[in-house]
Amino acid sequence: MSESVAKTNGPNAAVTKKPTRGASAVTWADDRLGLATAAKKNLRKIFPDHWSFMLGEIALWSFVILLITGVFLTFWFKPSMGEVEYMGSYAQLRGLHMSEAYASTLDISFDVRGGLLMRQMHHWSAMLFIAAMLVHMMRVFLTGAFRKPRELNWIIGGLLILLGIIEGFAGYSLPDDLLSGTGLRIADGLVKATPVLGTYMSFFMFGGEFPGDDIIPRLYMAHILLIPGLILALIAAHMLLLVYHKHTQWPGPGRTEENVVGFPMLPVYAAKAGGFFFITFGVTALMGGLMSINPVWKYGPYNPSQVTAGSQPDWYMGIAEGLLRIMPGWETSIFGVTLSWNVFIPGQLMPIILLAMVLAWPFLEAWVTGDKREHHLLQRPRNAPTRTAFLAAMITLYGLLWAAGGNDILAVIFHLNLNHITYFMRGAVFVVPILVFMLTRRWCISLQRQDNETLLHGYETGIIMRSAEGGYTERHLPISPEAAYTLTARDRDTVHEVEAGVDENGVPASGGRIAAVRARLSQAMYGHNVQKPTAQELDEGHHHAEDEHAHEIEAGLDHSADGHQFDGRHPVEGEELRSH
Amino acid sequence: MSDHQDNLPATGHTDGAHPGGHAPARVEEPIANPGMERHLPRPTDVDEAAAKRAERQVATFFVISMISAVLFCVAYFSFEVGESPDTFGRIGASNLTLGLSLGLALLCIGIGVIQWARKLMADVELSEPRHPVASSPEDRSETLAALSQGLEESGLARRPLIRNTLLGSLAMLGLPAIVALRDLGPLPDIKNTLEKTFWTPGARIVNDVTGRPLRPSDLEIGGLVNAEPEGLVEPYDGEREGIEYLEGVELLAEKGKAAVIVVRMEPEDVTEETSNWGVEGIVCYSKICTHVGCPISLWEQQTHHLLCPCHQSTFDLADKGRVVFGPAARALPQLPIEVGPDGYLVAVSDFREPVGPSYWERG
Amino acid sequence: MRLLNRSVNGLAGRISRRRRGPVAGLLVLLLGLVLTGTMYAAFSPANASRTTAQADEQLIQEGRELFLVGCSFCHGQNGEGVRSDNGQLGPSLVGVGAASVDFQVGTGRMPMQQPGQQAAVKKKAYTDEETEALAAYVASLGPGPAIPEESEYTLDGLSEDERREAVVNGGQLFLTNCSACHNFEGSGGAMPQGKVALPLRDSTEKHIYEAMITGPQQMPVFADSVLGPEDKASIIAFLESTKENPDYGGFEMGGLGPVSEGMFAWLVGIGSLVGFAYWIAAHSARSKRQETSA
Repeated sequence: MSESVAKTNGPNAAVTKKPTRGASAVTWADDRLGLATAAKKNLRKIFPDHWSFMLGEIALWSFVILLITGVFLTFWFKPSMGEVEYMGSYAQLRGLHMSEAYASTLDISFDVRGGLLMRQMHHWSAMLFIAAMLVHMMRVFLTGAFRKPRELNWIIGGLLILLGIIEGFAGYSLPDDLLSGTGLRIADGLVKATPVLGTYMSFFMFGGEFPGDDIIPRLYMAHILLIPGLILALIAAHMLLLVYHKHTQWPGPGRTEENVVGFPMLPVYAAKAGGFFFITFGVTALMGGLMSINPVWKYGPYNPSQVTAGSQPDWYMGIAEGLLRIMPGWETSIFGVTLSWNVFIPGQLMPIILLAMVLAWPFLEAWVTGDKREHHLLQRPRNAPTRTAFLAAMITLYGLLWAAGGNDILAVIFHLNLNHITYFMRGAVFVVPILVFMLTRRWCISLQRQDNETLLHGYETGIIMRSAEGGYTERHLPISPEAAYTLTARDRDTVHEVEAGVDENGVPASGGRIAAVRARLSQAMYGHNVQKPTAQELDEGHHHAEDEHAHEIEAGLDHSADGHQFDGRHPVEGEELRSH
Repeated sequence: MSDHQDNLPATGHTDGAHPGGHAPARVEEPIANPGMERHLPRPTDVDEAAAKRAERQVATFFVISMISAVLFCVAYFSFEVGESPDTFGRIGASNLTLGLSLGLALLCIGIGVIQWARKLMADVELSEPRHPVASSPEDRSETLAALSQGLEESGLARRPLIRNTLLGSLAMLGLPAIVALRDLGPLPDIKNTLEKTFWTPGARIVNDVTGRPLRPSDLEIGGLVNAEPEGLVEPYDGEREGIEYLEGVELLAEKGKAAVIVVRMEPEDVTEETSNWGVEGIVCYSKICTHVGCPISLWEQQTHHLLCPCHQSTFDLADKGRVVFGPAARALPQLPIEVGPDGYLVAVSDFREPVGPSYWERG
Repeated sequence: MRLLNRSVNGLAGRISRRRRGPVAGLLVLLLGLVLTGTMYAAFSPANASRTTAQADEQLIQEGRELFLVGCSFCHGQNGEGVRSDNGQLGPSLVGVGAASVDFQVGTGRMPMQQPGQQAAVKKKAYTDEETEALAAYVASLGPGPAIPEESEYTLDGLSEDERREAVVNGGQLFLTNCSACHNFEGSGGAMPQGKVALPLRDSTEKHIYEAMITGPQQMPVFADSVLGPEDKASIIAFLESTKENPDYGGFEMGGLGPVSEGMFAWLVGIGSLVGFAYWIAAHSARSKRQETSA
């Protein structure tokens, strides 16, 4: 997007009747490229405006920052495991033998001005890149933005997260310090646990026995060429699909499934997106300047007989680390071979299962609902209670595993028993997400109920009326038509009934069992949801409210203040400014 | 829930033009869509003074950014890095000032541009129609027709021999792609790599880093030594004859397997089996965790437990390195040791089992 | 202090074995050092009038009185240790040496408030003089490591180059022997069952040295025969030199490595950027003046 912004910014402003210099530039370019037809539509393409739509941008801009800072680092970094004697500026390590990779990382940190800043910015933005992808993914999931026609973009996004994590791990391993070497050693252990092929994979990866002298150059190639190339291609596809599908939007007055309401790309959206790039870049620079990250000089060069307390991977590997830590020590030796369940399950199987589950969700949901329509209006999280609860459970699981991955740090900071944390986590990863699932679902359903209350009986004004008998009631007033429309602009959920599973002859109908599973899932996922009121119910609700009000007037209880004055939600005569 | 049945058809996807259900969903509306809200102008739209103020604000941000960019250059040349870096308090001055000035320069551009967009650019929300993502049925059938015509003209369907041999040849190209990667590494010669370490019968146990050999008397009860076989550490007292001193890649690979810890416990605390491989309560274990291979030396002298800092596997060194906690499945391999002819501790043999993490062929 | 789990019977055997063993020479040397230390104390101006032996005797006597009041409940009337029904109340102090006392009492670990896994570091309960007296008394119970002289734990007398080399060497020794428990910059780390390896940043040089030679609590002993005094001094010099290093890259968030970094990436990075996103998309103030102007 940014490219098209830059390319078209100038010409557009100048497209007027007079043949200005800008117009002739456009003509010159169009004679050769013929882009005007495509640009015509896209320059004023509409993008809806909402803060949660900008989370993906953080990831995009972080990637750009990674490219810029990464290029800077490649000018000095030497991806070699050749042994050198360090003679640089850092006195505590001078005279030690180390790999060129580590020595050049020290040089970047101490002898290249701005090198440490770039290293730190590169590392911070790597962390932000993956974190932003994750929050973006959560937003897409919570609002149902992955539904048809955007399932493929969901998959591309999932692959981007996977690639981002691998890319991050490769970068973490490059400086060849004690932590990255320990990380590689653990990776070697994980690879070796692969059934049948483990040792072959390990020997091919390291060019022989761990650590060898091939892994850093190989990771370097993957880190600066292969994986960024793939990421770039997938980002391009992700953005093209976004432009083609047009962004989703929140329901509201004037917003329908057939339109998109927002600001034109030129100038507003371009300015906001471009501005956000500079803001992301600026925040990363401030973090790089103020907050120390990965002080490799303290870890020392990699030495396979050294280790440090607090040996941790970067945060995005935290769940794999947590899984490894809480897994019981199971191993099977049978028929002369060894199966390391204690490493294979948490290190290889579980991450794949978790990713597959997330990637498969759109298809699972579409199959259960049987809904084949396109969806461009977002759902509020509360209106998809099961989905929201599922994500809450997954976030909880993620958080628990992340905490388990830092159990030694937790033990030190909170004075806890390391072993108890591990025992607790072994149970908690099963129990707590389920509890969170149930609580979140109930919570969403109550929120749905509250929405219906508001629609049918109005909102609570906070005005307490006292009747002649001494009873107290709170006055409810109807919400504005716009707000009411926004609340009702959602689908009703369809629950599939279990159809008769047998035909006339008592033979189970083909696919009957699958249909039954689907019906049961449908019931479980949508059966408890609260549906929006019908037009008739709304009518009755309003009549009821009016009746009540009439009663109050008859009883002489009415007051000149109807409450609107106090709630700040309604325009009131004589008020000059109001917030939106 | 009964009202759902009549619900779906009413939402408008029965449109015959899109049999696949490609039309967007249409919300069934108990309340009619009131249409877009009336656009209200901002103070900057109606008050020229406010607009001027906003303009100056935006320009100020850009000016701060310019100044910061210059400050970055000043900071770049003013503060020393290297051996004796300049500092502010305890913080390295160069990194701090470069980061702050660059951050400010970038941030102010961003804030300025966004303030400009928020205050001064037209902010009327516009509506643009969406079209179904799928192509029109005509386009689709034309594409299908073109596709089948192309296939027809190529004769792929009529000449299965060509099709099948082409597919076969393409599939076969996968072989070179895989085979060409063969030389990424040697085949695992497990006997001579994973199952063998640098320890040989009679190899001296020497202190890691200093290379000093150990006598039993050097170790006090509760003492711990991080050690290596002689030859993997720089010699303590000049190179000895008959010892191979490794360096470079080989050294790292061997260090990664041969590293050991030597500890001394009260002989009566140590199990019979364990002490058989030790000397007067001195026992020697592999330093490489059997879980995924971190070096471990977090030894508690009273409980005799050894903790791995990576995943917290805990081993009991008084009892054959048995796993007492954590994800490791196998006991820590013990190295049998004895007192050599010159009074130093030496290995009786190599490890009797592979050290480090498990692998498929381990058996 | 080593809280050794052994019977009183075994103790005698161990001591006699030691006397026969090659450690004896070392112990005699250490004893000599203790005596030198006490002699030094004896020759300080306040005690100038007393003879060495008298001063020793006096100091030990003072120490014994303090011991009987403050320590004997757990460690026994003569420092022989007390066994309770469910294990050890306090271990024997015979042979632990003055260095142990100086470390345990001098850092406030002893006296313990209650028996537990690990003696907590508290405010010191004894003055320096009282600690010295206690150390002298315990040292008189049996030979053990003496309180180190300042020359032992500092690198005074080395040239600048030698000193640098020693610091580099100390760094390697630290990363090989110490960082596994105490973390790469001495921030401490977790041990099994709620125990911790404490941070080293605020420890004095003398106490670090004493900890290495005595192996307090669960910490292993790094005897001089294994890790020479000059090696220990290098480790201490390395730790001191890292304290002198500036924070090159900005504020350090606890020195705990990637866990705290990840937390700050989320809180500061994602937090502030989401805040900015909110501001970017928030609708600004509206005016109703259009109606009047239109």
